[in-house]
Amino acid sequence: MELSGGEILVQCLKDEGVEYLFGYPGGAVLHIYDALYNQEGVNHILVRHEQAATHAADGYARATGKPGVVLVTSGPGATNAVTGIATAYMDSIPMVVITGQVATANIGSDAFQEVDSVGITRPCVKHNFLVKDINDLAETVKKAFYVATTGRPGPVVVDVPKDITDPNIKIPYHYPETVQMRSYQPVLKGHSGQIKRAVDLLLSAKRPMIYTGGGVVLGKGSEELRKFVRKLGYPITSTLMGLGAYPASDELFLGMLGMHGTYEANMAMHDCDVLIAVGARFDDRVTGKIAEFCPHAQIVHIDIDPSSISKTITVDVPIVGNVPDVLQEMNHLLESDKKTPNKKAIDDWWKTINSWRSQQCMSYDRNSDKIKPQMVIEMLHEITHGNAYVTSDVGQHQMWAAQYYGFDEPNRWINSGGLGTMGFGLPAAMGVQLAYPDEVVICVTGEGSIQMCIQELSTCLQYGLPVKIVALNNRYLGMVRQWQEFFYENRYSHSYMESLPDFVKLTESYGHVGIRIERPEDLRAELERGFAMKNRLVFFDIVTDQAENVYPMIAQGKAHNEMHMSPHCVPPQDPERELS
Amino acid sequence: MRHIISILIENEAGALSRVAGLFSARGYNIESLTVAPTEDPSLSRMTIVTTGTDRIIEQITKQLNKLVDVVKLLDLTEGPHIEREMMLIKVKASTMAQREDVKRLSDIFRGHIIDVTSSTYTIELTGAVAKLDSFIETLAEHKIIETVRSGVSGIARGEKSLHL
Repeated sequence: MELSGGEILVQCLKDEGVEYLFGYPGGAVLHIYDALYNQEGVNHILVRHEQAATHAADGYARATGKPGVVLVTSGPGATNAVTGIATAYMDSIPMVVITGQVATANIGSDAFQEVDSVGITRPCVKHNFLVKDINDLAETVKKAFYVATTGRPGPVVVDVPKDITDPNIKIPYHYPETVQMRSYQPVLKGHSGQIKRAVDLLLSAKRPMIYTGGGVVLGKGSEELRKFVRKLGYPITSTLMGLGAYPASDELFLGMLGMHGTYEANMAMHDCDVLIAVGARFDDRVTGKIAEFCPHAQIVHIDIDPSSISKTITVDVPIVGNVPDVLQEMNHLLESDKKTPNKKAIDDWWKTINSWRSQQCMSYDRNSDKIKPQMVIEMLHEITHGNAYVTSDVGQHQMWAAQYYGFDEPNRWINSGGLGTMGFGLPAAMGVQLAYPDEVVICVTGEGSIQMCIQELSTCLQYGLPVKIVALNNRYLGMVRQWQEFFYENRYSHSYMESLPDFVKLTESYGHVGIRIERPEDLRAELERGFAMKNRLVFFDIVTDQAENVYPMIAQGKAHNEMHMSPHCVPPQDPERELS
Repeated sequence: MRHIISILIENEAGALSRVAGLFSARGYNIESLTVAPTEDPSLSRMTIVTTGTDRIIEQITKQLNKLVDVVKLLDLTEGPHIEREMMLIKVKASTMAQREDVKRLSDIFRGHIIDVTSSTYTIELTGAVAKLDSFIETLAEHKIIETVRSGVSGIARGEKSLHL
């Protein structure tokens, strides 16, 4: 079978089993778009901005575990995609981005729509390729998928000059089934000696703590994690990225940790004597002040990426390996080992933790005459029975969604954790909805974030994507406002949103349904009315309390035991635990 | 602490910029960096001289290993090794006294005068960094017109080697 470069690319995607290709055409990719015309197998989704193509592919990847695939043109097509590529890179999301490039002969001549895509994306990709010969094309695509999806996943860019896809140049097509790269051999299995040491250390613990991250979700390690935690009966906390890997409704789960983590999770981190970090990378939003991070703990760290280990926090027992493989080996050891946890010490530890829990750090004013954002999220959980896929943008609404939705399954909480990209939520929701057309997909957003990719309402209409957009509209860039209240003496510099559009009319003009909710007493009925419209995109513009803050909060650079608490939680009973 | 890190890297366009970009993006120091193809033309050998605490050096080696194009890596300073740098130095030598003194100093340092004009000598000198530095100091009374240094190349002593 002889194919042109454009046809080869499309055929490679088919052979790779790609369902959806998120893209936007332009000069340098016209040959590829011509090859996409009148074919079946790869469904192209035309977005309205290349940033959205990358976020949609990213959302698809996070929900399904399969790589997201993007096709954009050279120059501005590629630069617009960079934000989404960097977003995927920071959260280790498998993605293959094909960027068009000017013809090989014109590279370096400042040609129309030319940009050094390989150079621009280099710092925010796992790897990138420039295809200089049509004979390398199929193998390069195979390598791109291999690199993107193995080891610690990440985005890979394949830059394809226009002459490579010339319809007049055809070569025999062969898609390699496997690919070997002498310079890239990711480790899967952990070191058995280290695993044994880690298990011994865990069993000797008096105040153990399990801290899990996005690596559990990405590595599909949720099942082994559940076995592991239940076997030990130890408390577990999760980062923003790991939510759902362990069920939030389980008694052993202390909630999220870090800057907006629960009181009990952060206090337990501070006081624990053995910490096991599973697929988590000790991000600054999690650790707080490095010098006072888990000051009494010996630390075990499981991570597939050796460079994550001892990057910010020096650990005692490093284990490089894939999360489920390592946990499975640990579970075997726990089953066969005659040693069991120190029951007396663990019981005492739970007593301490439960005393922290009794402060009910997530309390808020439930009798307010204004709509409380926390209440909206709790109600979403009730209406969807906790089964929805929830994407979010970035800011206060993101934290409330993470804190109050209560995820019981992995891959259901989809947000930009590392890069913190506003505008992520709606396009990500499109990717999720395409992957799971019959599931409820909610985009929790704010009136600030949603305007960063609002144009995608048009894409949603074109492909009939009934995403439920829940905008917590407080007329502020809420998280900025909160920091200005706490740390800048209420100087609300440019955090107030004036001249907001009428979101209901805006949504209607895009052909969808808009519902504005202003009073707490209308909240449930209006949400239920909107969620009953299963085949329509509904935009809920919910007017929430402007002054509400995200609690608890650890100020940047402070330790885990220095939290700002909500004025509504139960005051501490132990005066020595008095809060700052 | 000063470390000499040797890497074998795929000899592909952009490989150098991946390494250089890594150092600038993560704020690591580069004292010198040399690169050239090996006897296997598909591989380049790179020698990087860098400084940092043990912790930073550990991160540097891990981050370099993580680059998809890097095939193998060795921190030469972890064992006995040899390092060499080459310098080309052009010195003013117009009077007889200058010419004699520069020639004498070059001989002492086992340099070679590789280009001569009526007013200049160009000397080639190879050695460890300290030797090249002290040669420059020794020439203090002369006018140095130009120096070119290659950056450090290194190799492990004995049986130890960095190869596929």
